[in-house]
Amino acid sequence: MNFMASTQPENRLLGPQSDSQRTLYPYVTGTSVVALKYKDGILMAADMGGSYGSTLRYKSVERMKPIGKHSLLGASGEISDFQEILRYLDELILYDNMWDDGNSLGPKEVHNYLTRVMYNRRNKFNPLWNSLVLGGVKNGQKYLGMVNMIGVNFEDNHVATGFGNHLARPILRQEWHENLSFEDGVRLLEKCMRVLLYRDRSAVNKLQVDVFLKMAPNQIYSLAKLLWSLT
Amino acid sequence: MSSIGTGYDLSVTTFSPDGRVFQIEYAAKAVDNSGTVIGIKCKDGIVMGVEKLIASKMMLTGSNRRIHSVHRHSGMAVAGLAADGRQIVARAKSEATNYESVYGEPIPVKELAERIASYVHLCTLYWWLRPFGCGVILGGYDRDGPQLYMVEPSGISYRYFGAAMGKGKQAAKTEIEKLKLSEMTCRDGVIEVAKIIYKVHDEAKDKAFELEMSWVCDESKQQHQKVPDDLLEEAKVAARAALEEMDAD
Repeated sequence: MNFMASTQPENRLLGPQSDSQRTLYPYVTGTSVVALKYKDGILMAADMGGSYGSTLRYKSVERMKPIGKHSLLGASGEISDFQEILRYLDELILYDNMWDDGNSLGPKEVHNYLTRVMYNRRNKFNPLWNSLVLGGVKNGQKYLGMVNMIGVNFEDNHVATGFGNHLARPILRQEWHENLSFEDGVRLLEKCMRVLLYRDRSAVNKLQVDVFLKMAPNQIYSLAKLLWSLT
Repeated sequence: MSSIGTGYDLSVTTFSPDGRVFQIEYAAKAVDNSGTVIGIKCKDGIVMGVEKLIASKMMLTGSNRRIHSVHRHSGMAVAGLAADGRQIVARAKSEATNYESVYGEPIPVKELAERIASYVHLCTLYWWLRPFGCGVILGGYDRDGPQLYMVEPSGISYRYFGAAMGKGKQAAKTEIEKLKLSEMTCRDGVIEVAKIIYKVHDEAKDKAFELEMSWVCDESKQQHQKVPDDLLEEAKVAARAALEEMDAD
Protein backbone atom coordinates (compact mmCIF):
# COMPACT_ATOMS: atom_id res chain seq x y z
CA MET A 1 0.00 0.00 0.00
CA ASN A 2 1.39 3.32 -0.96
CA PHE A 3 0.46 5.85 1.67
CA MET A 4 2.38 8.70 0.08
CA ALA A 5 0.33 10.85 -2.23
CA SER A 6 1.60 10.60 -5.76
CA THR A 7 3.40 13.75 -6.92
CA GLN A 8 2.91 12.87 -10.57
CA PRO A 9 -0.42 13.96 -11.99
CA GLU A 10 -2.27 11.16 -13.74
CA ASN A 11 -3.12 13.25 -16.72
CA ARG A 12 -0.24 15.12 -18.33
CA LEU A 13 -2.55 18.04 -18.97
CA LEU A 14 -2.83 18.71 -15.23
CA GLY A 15 0.02 19.71 -12.99
CA PRO A 16 3.23 21.67 -13.63
CA GLN A 17 4.05 20.04 -16.97
CA SER A 18 0.71 20.84 -18.50
CA ASP A 19 1.42 24.03 -20.37
CA SER A 20 4.30 22.70 -22.43
CA GLN A 21 2.10 19.93 -23.72
CA ARG A 22 -0.61 21.91 -25.47
CA THR A 23 -1.16 24.78 -27.83
CA LEU A 24 -1.60 28.02 -25.92
CA TYR A 25 -1.25 30.62 -28.66
CA PRO A 26 -0.37 30.66 -32.34
CA TYR A 27 2.99 31.95 -33.60
CA VAL A 28 3.10 32.14 -37.40
CA THR A 29 -0.36 32.79 -38.71
CA GLY A 30 -2.15 33.17 -41.99
CA THR A 31 -5.07 35.52 -42.39
CA SER A 32 -8.39 35.08 -44.18
CA VAL A 33 -9.37 32.52 -46.80
CA VAL A 34 -12.39 33.27 -49.01
CA ALA A 35 -14.17 30.71 -51.18
CA LEU A 36 -17.31 30.47 -53.29
CA LYS A 37 -19.14 28.02 -55.51
CA TYR A 38 -19.45 29.05 -59.12
CA LYS A 39 -21.02 27.43 -62.18
CA ASP A 40 -18.30 24.87 -62.88
CA GLY A 41 -16.91 24.28 -59.41
CA ILE A 42 -15.17 26.04 -56.56
CA LEU A 43 -13.07 29.21 -56.43
CA MET A 44 -10.86 29.82 -53.42
CA ALA A 45 -8.50 32.70 -52.65
CA ALA A 46 -6.01 33.39 -49.88
CA ASP A 47 -3.07 35.70 -49.65
CA MET A 48 0.42 34.29 -49.37
CA GLY A 49 1.41 35.94 -46.10
CA GLY A 50 2.59 34.37 -42.85
CA SER A 51 2.60 36.86 -39.99
CA TYR A 52 4.76 36.54 -36.91
CA GLY A 53 2.65 38.56 -34.52
CA SER A 54 2.46 42.02 -36.02
CA THR A 55 5.38 41.45 -38.40
CA LEU A 56 4.47 40.37 -41.94
CA ARG A 57 7.34 37.92 -41.92
CA TYR A 58 6.82 35.36 -44.69
CA LYS A 59 5.46 36.42 -48.03
CA SER A 60 5.30 33.22 -50.08
CA VAL A 61 3.36 30.84 -47.91
CA GLU A 62 0.98 28.59 -49.83
CA ARG A 63 -2.06 28.39 -47.64
CA MET A 64 -4.12 26.29 -50.04
CA LYS A 65 -3.33 22.74 -51.09
CA PRO A 66 -5.12 20.10 -53.16
CA ILE A 67 -6.22 17.02 -51.23
CA GLY A 68 -6.62 13.81 -53.19
CA LYS A 69 -8.40 14.03 -56.51
CA HIS A 70 -11.45 15.95 -55.44
CA SER A 71 -10.73 18.62 -52.86
CA LEU A 72 -8.94 21.84 -52.00
CA LEU A 73 -8.00 22.80 -48.45
CA GLY A 74 -7.37 26.40 -47.44
CA ALA A 75 -6.26 27.34 -43.93
CA SER A 76 -5.91 30.40 -41.80
CA GLY A 77 -4.32 30.46 -38.36
CA GLU A 78 -1.17 28.69 -37.21
CA ILE A 79 0.86 27.57 -40.23
CA SER A 80 2.65 24.72 -38.45
CA ASP A 81 -0.71 23.24 -37.45
CA PHE A 82 -1.79 23.50 -41.09
CA GLN A 83 1.31 21.54 -42.08
CA GLU A 84 0.46 18.90 -39.49
CA ILE A 85 -3.08 18.65 -40.86
CA LEU A 86 -1.62 18.18 -44.34
CA ARG A 87 0.40 15.24 -43.02
CA TYR A 88 -2.68 13.62 -41.52
CA LEU A 89 -4.56 14.11 -44.77
CA ASP A 90 -1.65 12.80 -46.81
CA GLU A 91 -1.74 9.56 -44.86
CA LEU A 92 -5.52 9.41 -45.16
CA ILE A 93 -5.42 9.84 -48.93
CA LEU A 94 -2.52 7.37 -49.27
CA TYR A 95 -4.40 4.62 -47.47
CA ASP A 96 -7.48 5.45 -49.52
CA ASN A 97 -5.48 5.11 -52.75
CA MET A 98 -3.91 1.83 -51.68
CA TRP A 99 -7.31 0.14 -51.65
CA ASP A 100 -7.20 0.59 -55.42
CA ASP A 101 -10.93 -0.06 -55.70
CA GLY A 102 -11.99 2.76 -57.98
CA ASN A 103 -13.28 4.83 -55.07
CA SER A 104 -11.72 7.95 -53.64
CA LEU A 105 -12.46 10.28 -50.74
CA GLY A 106 -14.52 13.29 -51.80
CA PRO A 107 -14.71 16.76 -50.22
CA LYS A 108 -17.64 15.85 -47.95
CA GLU A 109 -15.70 12.92 -46.50
CA VAL A 110 -12.52 14.94 -46.01
CA HIS A 111 -14.51 17.75 -44.37
CA ASN A 112 -16.08 15.29 -41.98
CA TYR A 113 -12.70 13.78 -41.11
CA LEU A 114 -11.26 17.23 -40.42
CA THR A 115 -14.25 18.13 -38.24
CA ARG A 116 -13.68 15.03 -36.13
CA VAL A 117 -9.96 15.79 -35.79
CA MET A 118 -10.51 19.44 -34.85
CA TYR A 119 -13.29 18.75 -32.39
CA ASN A 120 -11.45 15.93 -30.64
CA ARG A 121 -8.33 18.06 -30.27
CA ARG A 122 -10.41 20.90 -28.78
CA ASN A 123 -11.89 18.49 -26.27
CA LYS A 124 -8.40 17.59 -25.11
CA PHE A 125 -7.61 21.30 -24.67
CA ASN A 126 -4.91 20.98 -27.30
CA PRO A 127 -6.38 22.49 -30.44
CA LEU A 128 -5.01 22.77 -33.92
CA TRP A 129 -5.18 26.54 -34.17
CA ASN A 130 -6.73 26.84 -37.62
CA SER A 131 -9.87 27.78 -39.47
CA LEU A 132 -10.14 25.51 -42.46
CA VAL A 133 -12.01 25.85 -45.73
CA LEU A 134 -12.61 22.63 -47.62
CA GLY A 135 -14.04 22.78 -51.12
CA GLY A 136 -14.25 20.41 -54.03
CA VAL A 137 -16.24 18.58 -56.66
CA LYS A 138 -17.03 14.88 -56.82
CA ASN A 139 -19.30 13.19 -59.34
CA GLY A 140 -20.43 16.58 -60.54
CA GLN A 141 -21.52 17.66 -57.06
CA LYS A 142 -19.95 20.83 -55.71
CA TYR A 143 -19.18 21.03 -51.99
CA LEU A 144 -17.89 23.88 -49.86
CA GLY A 145 -17.48 23.70 -46.09
CA MET A 146 -15.67 25.26 -43.17
CA VAL A 147 -14.40 23.99 -39.83
CA ASN A 148 -12.55 25.93 -37.16
CA MET A 149 -10.43 25.23 -34.11
CA ILE A 150 -13.34 24.70 -31.76
CA GLY A 151 -14.96 22.24 -34.13
CA VAL A 152 -17.74 24.45 -35.46
CA ASN A 153 -18.44 23.29 -38.98
CA PHE A 154 -20.93 24.07 -41.69
CA GLU A 155 -21.50 23.99 -45.42
CA ASP A 156 -22.53 26.91 -47.57
CA ASN A 157 -22.36 28.49 -51.02
CA HIS A 158 -19.65 30.88 -49.91
CA VAL A 159 -17.42 30.75 -46.85
CA ALA A 160 -14.61 32.77 -45.34
CA THR A 161 -12.37 32.63 -42.30
CA GLY A 162 -11.18 35.24 -39.85
CA PHE A 163 -11.58 38.79 -41.05
CA GLY A 164 -13.10 37.46 -44.23
CA ASN A 165 -16.23 36.66 -42.24
CA HIS A 166 -16.68 40.31 -41.35
CA LEU A 167 -15.46 42.01 -44.50
CA ALA A 168 -15.94 39.58 -47.37
CA ARG A 169 -19.13 37.68 -46.54
CA PRO A 170 -21.39 40.73 -46.61
CA ILE A 171 -20.15 41.41 -50.14
CA LEU A 172 -20.72 37.78 -51.07
CA ARG A 173 -24.19 37.76 -49.57
CA GLN A 174 -25.13 40.70 -51.76
CA GLU A 175 -23.44 39.72 -54.98
CA TRP A 176 -23.24 35.92 -55.07
CA HIS A 177 -25.73 34.08 -57.20
CA GLU A 178 -26.08 30.58 -58.56
CA ASN A 179 -24.22 29.92 -61.83
CA LEU A 180 -21.58 32.60 -61.55
CA SER A 181 -19.24 32.45 -64.52
CA PHE A 182 -15.51 31.95 -63.98
CA GLU A 183 -14.68 35.58 -64.77
CA ASP A 184 -17.43 36.91 -62.50
CA GLY A 185 -16.35 34.61 -59.73
CA VAL A 186 -12.73 35.71 -59.93
CA ARG A 187 -13.83 39.35 -60.09
CA LEU A 188 -15.96 38.87 -56.97
CA LEU A 189 -13.13 37.16 -55.10
CA GLU A 190 -10.71 39.89 -56.11
CA LYS A 191 -13.15 42.49 -54.80
CA CYS A 192 -13.26 40.69 -51.45
CA MET A 193 -9.49 40.32 -51.29
CA ARG A 194 -9.04 44.00 -52.16
CA VAL A 195 -11.26 45.06 -49.24
CA LEU A 196 -9.29 42.70 -46.99
CA LEU A 197 -6.02 44.21 -48.17
CA TYR A 198 -7.31 47.69 -47.31
CA ARG A 199 -8.67 46.86 -43.90
CA ASP A 200 -6.86 43.75 -42.53
CA ARG A 201 -3.45 44.69 -41.19
CA SER A 202 -2.14 41.15 -41.61
CA ALA A 203 -3.09 40.91 -45.27
CA VAL A 204 -0.34 40.86 -47.87
CA ASN A 205 -0.63 41.92 -51.50
CA LYS A 206 0.29 38.57 -53.06
CA LEU A 207 -2.62 36.22 -53.68
CA GLN A 208 -3.07 32.57 -54.39
CA VAL A 209 -6.29 31.83 -56.24
CA ASP A 210 -7.24 28.21 -56.87
CA VAL A 211 -9.97 26.86 -59.06
CA PHE A 212 -11.58 23.48 -58.78
CA LEU A 213 -13.39 22.44 -61.91
CA LYS A 214 -16.51 20.33 -62.02
CA MET A 215 -15.79 18.92 -65.41
CA ALA A 216 -12.12 18.19 -65.01
CA PRO A 217 -11.67 17.47 -61.33
CA ASN A 218 -7.96 16.84 -61.60
CA GLN A 219 -7.13 20.34 -62.71
CA ILE A 220 -6.33 22.97 -60.15
CA TYR A 221 -5.15 26.30 -61.44
CA SER A 222 -3.05 28.36 -59.12
CA LEU A 223 -2.96 31.99 -60.13
CA ALA A 224 -0.51 33.80 -57.91
CA LYS A 225 -1.48 37.40 -58.41
CA LEU A 226 0.47 40.43 -57.34
CA LEU A 227 -1.41 43.63 -56.61
CA TRP A 228 1.45 46.09 -56.73
CA SER A 229 -0.67 49.17 -57.14
CA LEU A 230 -1.98 48.84 -53.61
CA THR A 231 1.33 48.92 -51.69
CA MET B 1 12.16 -33.65 -53.15
CA SER B 2 10.58 -34.39 -49.79
CA SER B 3 12.51 -35.73 -46.85
CA ILE B 4 11.11 -36.89 -43.55
CA GLY B 5 12.37 -34.84 -40.66
CA THR B 6 11.58 -37.41 -37.98
CA GLY B 7 11.87 -35.54 -34.78
CA TYR B 8 13.90 -32.59 -36.01
CA ASP B 9 10.95 -30.96 -37.69
CA LEU B 10 8.69 -30.29 -34.75
CA SER B 11 9.92 -26.81 -33.95
CA VAL B 12 11.41 -23.96 -35.88
CA THR B 13 14.08 -23.64 -33.20
CA THR B 14 15.52 -27.08 -33.90
CA PHE B 15 18.32 -27.81 -36.38
CA SER B 16 18.55 -31.22 -37.98
CA PRO B 17 21.91 -33.06 -37.87
CA ASP B 18 22.60 -32.04 -41.45
CA GLY B 19 22.07 -28.36 -40.67
CA ARG B 20 18.56 -27.76 -41.96
CA VAL B 21 15.60 -26.16 -40.27
CA PHE B 22 12.73 -28.28 -41.50
CA GLN B 23 9.89 -26.01 -40.43
CA ILE B 24 11.18 -23.30 -42.74
CA GLU B 25 11.40 -25.76 -45.59
CA TYR B 26 7.83 -26.86 -44.94
CA ALA B 27 6.77 -23.22 -44.98
CA ALA B 28 8.35 -22.91 -48.43
CA LYS B 29 6.21 -25.86 -49.56
CA ALA B 30 3.10 -23.81 -48.74
CA VAL B 31 4.35 -21.20 -51.20
CA ASP B 32 5.01 -23.84 -53.84
CA ASN B 33 1.41 -24.98 -53.65
CA SER B 34 -0.05 -21.62 -54.55
CA GLY B 35 -0.70 -20.12 -57.97
CA THR B 36 2.27 -18.76 -59.91
CA VAL B 37 3.46 -15.25 -59.16
CA ILE B 38 5.90 -13.51 -61.52
CA GLY B 39 7.77 -10.23 -61.43
CA ILE B 40 10.05 -8.75 -64.09
CA LYS B 41 12.19 -5.63 -64.23
CA CYS B 42 11.91 -3.91 -67.61
CA LYS B 43 13.82 -0.94 -68.94
CA ASP B 44 11.46 1.64 -67.47
CA GLY B 45 9.72 -0.17 -64.61
CA ILE B 46 8.44 -3.33 -62.96
CA VAL B 47 5.59 -5.60 -64.02
CA MET B 48 4.06 -8.19 -61.69
CA GLY B 49 1.50 -10.83 -62.50
CA VAL B 50 -0.41 -13.41 -60.48
CA GLU B 51 -2.20 -16.56 -61.57
CA LYS B 52 -5.15 -16.48 -59.19
CA LEU B 53 -6.62 -19.99 -59.02
CA ILE B 54 -10.35 -19.63 -58.60
CA ALA B 55 -11.66 -21.86 -55.83
CA SER B 56 -15.33 -21.35 -56.59
CA LYS B 57 -17.35 -20.12 -59.58
CA MET B 58 -19.30 -17.88 -57.25
CA MET B 59 -16.37 -15.60 -56.46
CA LEU B 60 -16.64 -12.11 -57.89
CA THR B 61 -13.93 -11.27 -60.43
CA GLY B 62 -11.63 -8.64 -59.09
CA SER B 63 -12.05 -9.69 -55.49
CA ASN B 64 -9.34 -11.47 -53.48
CA ARG B 65 -6.58 -9.14 -54.58
CA ARG B 66 -3.16 -10.75 -54.48
CA ILE B 67 -1.22 -7.68 -55.47
CA HIS B 68 -1.24 -4.83 -52.97
CA SER B 69 0.12 -1.32 -53.04
CA VAL B 70 2.51 -0.76 -50.19
CA HIS B 71 3.10 2.92 -50.84
CA ARG B 72 2.66 5.23 -53.79
CA HIS B 73 5.80 3.94 -55.49
CA SER B 74 5.81 0.25 -54.62
CA GLY B 75 3.68 -2.84 -54.53
CA MET B 76 3.80 -6.42 -53.42
CA ALA B 77 2.50 -9.64 -54.97
CA VAL B 78 1.85 -12.46 -52.52
CA ALA B 79 2.15 -16.23 -53.01
CA GLY B 80 1.17 -18.79 -50.42
CA LEU B 81 -1.21 -18.52 -47.46
CA ALA B 82 -3.26 -15.43 -48.17
CA ALA B 83 -3.87 -14.53 -44.54
CA ASP B 84 -0.15 -14.60 -43.79
CA GLY B 85 0.37 -12.43 -46.84
CA ARG B 86 -2.07 -9.85 -45.54
CA GLN B 87 0.00 -9.56 -42.39
CA ILE B 88 3.20 -8.96 -44.34
CA VAL B 89 1.51 -6.34 -46.50
CA ALA B 90 0.17 -4.55 -43.40
CA ARG B 91 3.64 -4.53 -41.88
CA ALA B 92 5.20 -3.25 -45.11
CA LYS B 93 2.65 -0.42 -45.33
CA SER B 94 3.39 0.53 -41.76
CA GLU B 95 7.18 0.50 -42.35
CA ALA B 96 6.78 2.61 -45.47
CA THR B 97 4.62 5.31 -43.84
CA ASN B 98 6.84 5.35 -40.77
CA TYR B 99 9.99 5.87 -42.88
CA GLU B 100 8.35 8.70 -44.76
CA SER B 101 7.19 10.46 -41.62
CA VAL B 102 10.67 10.26 -40.08
CA TYR B 103 12.89 10.92 -43.12
CA GLY B 104 10.56 12.95 -45.34
CA GLU B 105 11.08 10.89 -48.50
CA PRO B 106 9.44 7.70 -49.82
CA ILE B 107 11.14 4.60 -48.47
CA PRO B 108 13.87 3.31 -50.82
CA VAL B 109 12.87 -0.09 -52.17
CA LYS B 110 16.07 -1.66 -50.86
CA GLU B 111 15.31 -0.45 -47.34
CA LEU B 112 11.74 -1.72 -47.54
CA ALA B 113 12.90 -5.14 -48.74
CA GLU B 114 15.39 -5.35 -45.86
CA ARG B 115 12.75 -4.45 -43.30
CA ILE B 116 10.27 -6.99 -44.64
CA ALA B 117 12.91 -9.70 -44.84
CA SER B 118 13.92 -8.90 -41.30
CA TYR B 119 10.31 -9.20 -40.13
CA VAL B 120 9.78 -12.50 -41.94
CA HIS B 121 13.02 -13.80 -40.47
CA LEU B 122 11.93 -12.75 -37.01
CA CYS B 123 9.11 -15.25 -37.15
CA THR B 124 11.59 -18.07 -37.70
CA LEU B 125 13.48 -17.43 -34.48
CA TYR B 126 10.98 -18.22 -31.73
CA TRP B 127 9.32 -21.50 -30.91
CA TRP B 128 6.04 -19.77 -30.09
CA LEU B 129 5.78 -18.21 -33.55
CA ARG B 130 5.42 -20.08 -36.79
CA PRO B 131 7.14 -18.98 -40.00
CA PHE B 132 5.09 -17.12 -42.60
CA GLY B 133 3.62 -19.51 -45.12
CA CYS B 134 3.99 -17.05 -47.94
CA GLY B 135 6.59 -15.35 -50.08
CA VAL B 136 6.35 -11.90 -51.60
CA ILE B 137 7.66 -10.24 -54.72
CA LEU B 138 8.22 -6.56 -54.07
CA GLY B 139 8.47 -4.12 -56.95
CA GLY B 140 9.13 -0.43 -56.58
CA TYR B 141 10.48 2.68 -58.27
CA ASP B 142 12.64 5.09 -56.28
CA ARG B 143 15.40 7.51 -57.21
CA ASP B 144 17.72 4.64 -58.11
CA GLY B 145 15.22 3.48 -60.69
CA PRO B 146 12.94 0.44 -60.77
CA GLN B 147 13.88 -2.46 -58.49
CA LEU B 148 12.52 -5.95 -57.91
CA TYR B 149 13.05 -7.99 -54.73
CA MET B 150 11.77 -11.35 -53.62
CA VAL B 151 11.38 -12.32 -49.96
CA GLU B 152 11.04 -16.01 -49.07
CA PRO B 153 9.54 -17.53 -45.89
CA SER B 154 13.06 -18.12 -44.55
CA GLY B 155 13.66 -14.37 -44.52
CA ILE B 156 16.06 -14.42 -47.47
CA SER B 157 15.71 -11.50 -49.81
CA TYR B 158 17.54 -10.91 -53.06
CA ARG B 159 17.25 -8.39 -55.83
CA TYR B 160 16.22 -9.81 -59.19
CA PHE B 161 15.70 -9.01 -62.85
CA GLY B 162 13.02 -11.62 -62.97
CA ALA B 163 11.50 -13.73 -60.21
CA ALA B 164 8.82 -16.37 -59.90
CA MET B 165 7.15 -18.26 -57.05
CA GLY B 166 4.43 -20.85 -56.78
CA LYS B 167 3.39 -23.88 -58.75
CA GLY B 168 4.80 -22.97 -62.12
CA LYS B 169 7.96 -21.29 -60.89
CA GLN B 170 10.44 -23.55 -62.66
CA ALA B 171 8.71 -23.22 -66.01
CA ALA B 172 8.18 -19.50 -65.45
CA LYS B 173 11.85 -18.91 -64.65
CA THR B 174 12.86 -20.66 -67.87
CA GLU B 175 10.51 -18.44 -69.84
CA ILE B 176 11.69 -15.28 -68.13
CA GLU B 177 15.30 -16.12 -68.91
CA LYS B 178 14.40 -16.17 -72.60
CA LEU B 179 13.23 -12.54 -72.49
CA LYS B 180 15.52 -9.60 -73.28
CA LEU B 181 14.46 -7.55 -70.27
CA SER B 182 16.94 -4.71 -70.58
CA GLU B 183 15.46 -3.69 -73.92
CA MET B 184 11.81 -4.20 -73.07
CA THR B 185 9.41 -1.45 -72.04
CA CYS B 186 6.74 -2.12 -69.45
CA ARG B 187 4.00 -2.07 -72.10
CA ASP B 188 5.64 -5.02 -73.79
CA GLY B 189 6.49 -6.52 -70.43
CA VAL B 190 2.80 -6.71 -69.53
CA ILE B 191 2.09 -8.76 -72.67
CA GLU B 192 5.05 -11.06 -71.95
CA VAL B 193 4.04 -11.67 -68.33
CA ALA B 194 0.51 -12.55 -69.41
CA LYS B 195 1.87 -14.97 -71.99
CA ILE B 196 4.08 -16.67 -69.42
CA ILE B 197 1.30 -17.07 -66.88
CA TYR B 198 -1.07 -18.52 -69.44
CA LYS B 199 1.68 -20.85 -70.58
CA VAL B 200 2.63 -22.23 -67.17
CA HIS B 201 -0.97 -22.63 -66.09
CA ASP B 202 -1.72 -26.32 -65.80
CA GLU B 203 -5.12 -26.88 -67.42
CA ALA B 204 -5.34 -30.44 -66.16
CA LYS B 205 -4.81 -29.87 -62.47
CA ASP B 206 -6.42 -26.45 -61.92
CA LYS B 207 -9.32 -25.35 -64.03
CA ALA B 208 -10.12 -21.71 -63.96
CA PHE B 209 -7.80 -18.88 -63.08
CA GLU B 210 -7.93 -15.10 -63.07
CA LEU B 211 -4.99 -13.01 -64.19
CA GLU B 212 -4.10 -10.06 -61.97
CA MET B 213 -1.35 -7.69 -63.03
CA SER B 214 0.18 -4.50 -61.78
CA TRP B 215 2.99 -2.24 -62.81
CA VAL B 216 5.09 0.68 -61.65
CA CYS B 217 6.83 2.47 -64.47
CA ASP B 218 7.38 5.79 -66.22
CA GLU B 219 4.03 5.43 -67.95
CA SER B 220 2.22 5.16 -64.62
CA LYS B 221 4.21 8.16 -63.36
CA GLN B 222 6.23 5.95 -61.02
CA GLN B 223 3.07 5.08 -59.09
CA HIS B 224 2.17 1.48 -58.37
CA GLN B 225 -1.20 0.66 -59.87
CA LYS B 226 -3.23 -2.07 -61.54
CA VAL B 227 -2.43 -2.43 -65.21
CA PRO B 228 -5.11 -0.37 -67.05
CA ASP B 229 -8.05 -2.48 -68.20
CA ASP B 230 -7.52 -1.97 -71.92
CA LEU B 231 -3.88 -3.04 -71.75
CA LEU B 232 -4.82 -6.01 -69.58
CA GLU B 233 -7.39 -7.14 -72.15
CA GLU B 234 -4.84 -6.74 -74.92
CA ALA B 235 -2.38 -8.86 -72.94
CA LYS B 236 -4.94 -11.60 -72.30
CA VAL B 237 -5.88 -11.74 -75.98
CA ALA B 238 -2.22 -11.94 -77.00
CA ALA B 239 -1.56 -14.65 -74.41
CA ARG B 240 -4.47 -16.78 -75.55
CA ALA B 241 -3.41 -16.39 -79.14
CA ALA B 242 0.15 -17.44 -78.28
CA LEU B 243 -1.19 -20.51 -76.48
CA GLU B 244 -3.27 -21.54 -79.47
CA GLU B 245 -0.31 -21.12 -81.75
CA MET B 246 1.67 -23.43 -79.50
CA ASP B 247 -1.14 -25.99 -79.41
CA ALA B 248 -1.46 -25.87 -83.17
CA ASP B 249 2.20 -26.96 -83.60
